[in-house]
Amino acid sequence: MLNWLLAPLAYGFMQRGLLAALLVGVLCAVIGCYVVLRGMAFLGDALAHAILPGVALAYLFGGNLLAGAFIAAVVVAIGIGFISRRSMLKEDTAIGILFAAALALGVALISSIRSYATDLSHILFGDVLGVSVNDLWLTAGLGLLILATIVILYKPFLVISFDPVLAATLRLPAEPLRFLMLTLLALTVVVSLQTVGVGLVAAMLVTPAATAYLVTRRLVTMMLVSALIGAFSSVTGLYLSFYINVASGAVMVLVATFVFLLVFLLAPGRGWVWQHLAARRQAGQPAAH
Amino acid sequence: MPEQTPPLEPARLEFENVTVAYNGRAALSDVTFQVPHGARVAVVGPNGAGKSTLFKTMVGLLPLRAGRVLIHCQPLGHHADCVAYVPQREEVDWRFPVTVADVVMMGRYGRRRWLKRVDAHDHEIVARSLEQMGITPLARRPISELSGGQQQRVFLARALAQEPHILLMDEPFTGVDAATQDATLALLDQLQTREVTIMISTHDLNLAAARFELVVLLNRRLLAYGPAKEIFTPQVLAEAFGSQALVLPEGTVVVDHCCPPADY
Repeated sequence: MLNWLLAPLAYGFMQRGLLAALLVGVLCAVIGCYVVLRGMAFLGDALAHAILPGVALAYLFGGNLLAGAFIAAVVVAIGIGFISRRSMLKEDTAIGILFAAALALGVALISSIRSYATDLSHILFGDVLGVSVNDLWLTAGLGLLILATIVILYKPFLVISFDPVLAATLRLPAEPLRFLMLTLLALTVVVSLQTVGVGLVAAMLVTPAATAYLVTRRLVTMMLVSALIGAFSSVTGLYLSFYINVASGAVMVLVATFVFLLVFLLAPGRGWVWQHLAARRQAGQPAAH
Repeated sequence: MPEQTPPLEPARLEFENVTVAYNGRAALSDVTFQVPHGARVAVVGPNGAGKSTLFKTMVGLLPLRAGRVLIHCQPLGHHADCVAYVPQREEVDWRFPVTVADVVMMGRYGRRRWLKRVDAHDHEIVARSLEQMGITPLARRPISELSGGQQQRVFLARALAQEPHILLMDEPFTGVDAATQDATLALLDQLQTREVTIMISTHDLNLAAARFELVVLLNRRLLAYGPAKEIFTPQVLAEAFGSQALVLPEGTVVVDHCCPPADY
């Protein structure tokens, strides 16, 4: 068993990949709590796809890929806010329009690059084993920045998420806070690009947080449990992908989904099986008399 | 009538020609009245009369199209922490993972100190507010497990923790049990001794007449303002409630409130 765990670590790319996966797993899981509680799952997915044209442009012009990705995500986030506020359209419609447009633009740009197929698949589904030492430092730095912001602004973020009316009453700067939260989400998505890719980052944002939501009753504990599930899914996913030779991002998401299903069905007191049994026991009682 | 003689005490809350539009349609137009310091005011009117709109404007949630609201003689926004708002229960996400104590503590996040740590003084005030509303044993419970009456008390306790000068409550008597209604009224009595100005919206005209010294009768504009026994006349109520009001021959007015949902 120990050997099973240690053997992959003999490779430098596995060490770096593991660290990157761990960081991204925790980061997505923590910020994912806000995504789940504020109903931003679709927005998270849209931001992930929106970075595609940014990456492509940066690649074409030889710029920094992460910077390009981040700029594209922020532009799309602002665009969504602008369209939904300045028209009668609902936000999810605005998201749908810009998300598809950004994806199309990204594919169009990337298809003009020669090594199109491999590059696109790396961006779409991640390439955690290709993480360089520099990438790792950048991921760690940005990750710490995001987590520190969440810790420092825990109280105002809680209020704007739970009760916007109270936020207005307390005169919290709600709009800047909301924008900052969106920026943190965009940064998280960008940082996740290399491990799970734009296609699967939504799952890493939503699934661990949703799982934690099922078994916790306070935001702090939800974040901690979610982080634990995110870390477990990432690391387990990477090991499994190493041994069964399957795309790592996909396995990470599948592990997270497996944990979710397990909790959804079996969580003591609240799981589906538990409630089903309780209902049957109650229904059975009158017959016994 | 709108030009009601204002009460004599120094006014602390003034509405001057307040006009608010909601989704492009005027929800309130040209509303002018003054609330004296420490008064207890009931806001009544039919569904869609603009009761919630009035409150949401006061906390800065809806922009003023025209006119102004003065608190302590200063326009909205100059007094950061003196208005507390107890929302209608349907407006709260009861599945959010917070405990009763968490919600009440949120009342302490104002005062431009939301970056500072919660201190012993805050904990003391939260404990006192919980106790005052009789929900100390529920402090560690998640809000999803509360009954309707308990939910209401949590938000009352939070309003207390805010230590407001002005307390706004949107329909606090709709759909709560008698015990919660009594607790709410007792709280209002207590706050009045502390000179907190209180405004509530309600569908219950009897309660408004019996327990509130001033009544605002709204229907998109101010129809009447003053003590209930002066303004609750058949003519005014018929004007306010239209076909919802039935004026009986001997002068009794029956107001039908069968369906009191969304009120904007």
